Amino acid sequence: MAHIFLHTAHDVGTKLADYLFQPQGSLAHAPRQHRTIFALIIINKAGGLVYNKNFHDGLNKISTNDYLVLAGTFHGVHAITARLNPLKGLPQATKDASAANSRPDPPSGLESLESENFRMQCFNTLTGTKFLLFTDTTQTNGDITMKKIYDLYADYVMKNPFYSLEMPIRCEIFDRKLLSYIREINNR
Amino acid sequence: MGSLQPNPATIGKEPGVRLPSNGKTIYHRPLNRSKTAEISQASFAYLFGEMITYAQRRVKGIQELEQRLNVQGHSIGLKLLDLLLFREPARSQQRPTTIIALLHFIKQTVWQHLFARQADRLEKSANPDTPDEYMIIDNEPLVNQFVSVPREMSQLNCAAFVAGIVEGVCDGADFPARVTAHTVAEGEMWPGKTVFLVKFRSEVVEREAFLTKT
Repeated sequence: MAHIFLHTAHDVGTKLADYLFQPQGSLAHAPRQHRTIFALIIINKAGGLVYNKNFHDGLNKISTNDYLVLAGTFHGVHAITARLNPLKGLPQATKDASAANSRPDPPSGLESLESENFRMQCFNTLTGTKFLLFTDTTQTNGDITMKKIYDLYADYVMKNPFYSLEMPIRCEIFDRKLLSYIREINNR
Repeated sequence: MGSLQPNPATIGKEPGVRLPSNGKTIYHRPLNRSKTAEISQASFAYLFGEMITYAQRRVKGIQELEQRLNVQGHSIGLKLLDLLLFREPARSQQRPTTIIALLHFIKQTVWQHLFARQADRLEKSANPDTPDEYMIIDNEPLVNQFVSVPREMSQLNCAAFVAGIVEGVCDGADFPARVTAHTVAEGEMWPGKTVFLVKFRSEVVEREAFLTKT
């Protein structure tokens, strides 16, 4: 599998721009549709793409290789943004003896990215797996959706004895449960 | 030396043997104490996942893997038969003596104990050539809830473990049988529907025919 790490900032911009929303799509005809989820991408802790699924025709299709590049690129950008973000209250915490037991939250890095037509939300698990959710800008409750997807992942991927860690996710039950959950939201 | 009672002073110090600090193991507990106890499904799922991974080592084919899972379940079934009969109310505390009684016992009591619900259906093979075959049907086996079998192993059904338990119950009740689990997907509704095919040995069917005549 190709692991592509950080390129120039210009490259990053073009790759994300490739993934832009098409206004001529079916959405243009539909009356204001709230809460649309376009796609889900899961990136493992090494920056490899392990899962990628489109739920709605709101986004342009890009090639599989470009998805791999997108995943690797985002992984790098996320790592840099996490370095940009200073630890919250770290100087106080080191002085304060009572707070010595509680470690400060790790820097979260890039959490959401908004364009005119879509919003990308990133959820980074404690083990470094990243969930990228591409939604409509009017989409609310992204956190709840994300948590539910993480639940499904924890249940149907991590408890599946045939799944090997860090490898592409091919779990039939996960696909089925995820699709029925997203369909429920998109049809509301 | 030579004492069978665990010596409280040495508990926790011997390498390899770990006993609770009061020296009581599960074998000291009354048999009915955990009658209504439940265990976490997540912890079972992880344990079962490890059992499958363990069984997968050094097997050549899917049949061999199912056989290993079956063996893991068999000893549970043997013990479960005695335990569940012991827990039956005193007046109905009888060993099943006919095939139908045995299968009902499995469908109701055993399933209720293991999965907190009964099996969905019991069927007898419609084929006149195989009067020794019965089917226990579970629409959604609990053990398979989180298991997605990869496409190249589509023959495999991990409920072979449950089939082993059923086989153990049958063997323990002196109805020797061969039990296998088969996936019979039923559309969108029950994609994991599983049929446990119970094939009794010929002498069991023979005995049954003789007993019903007299």
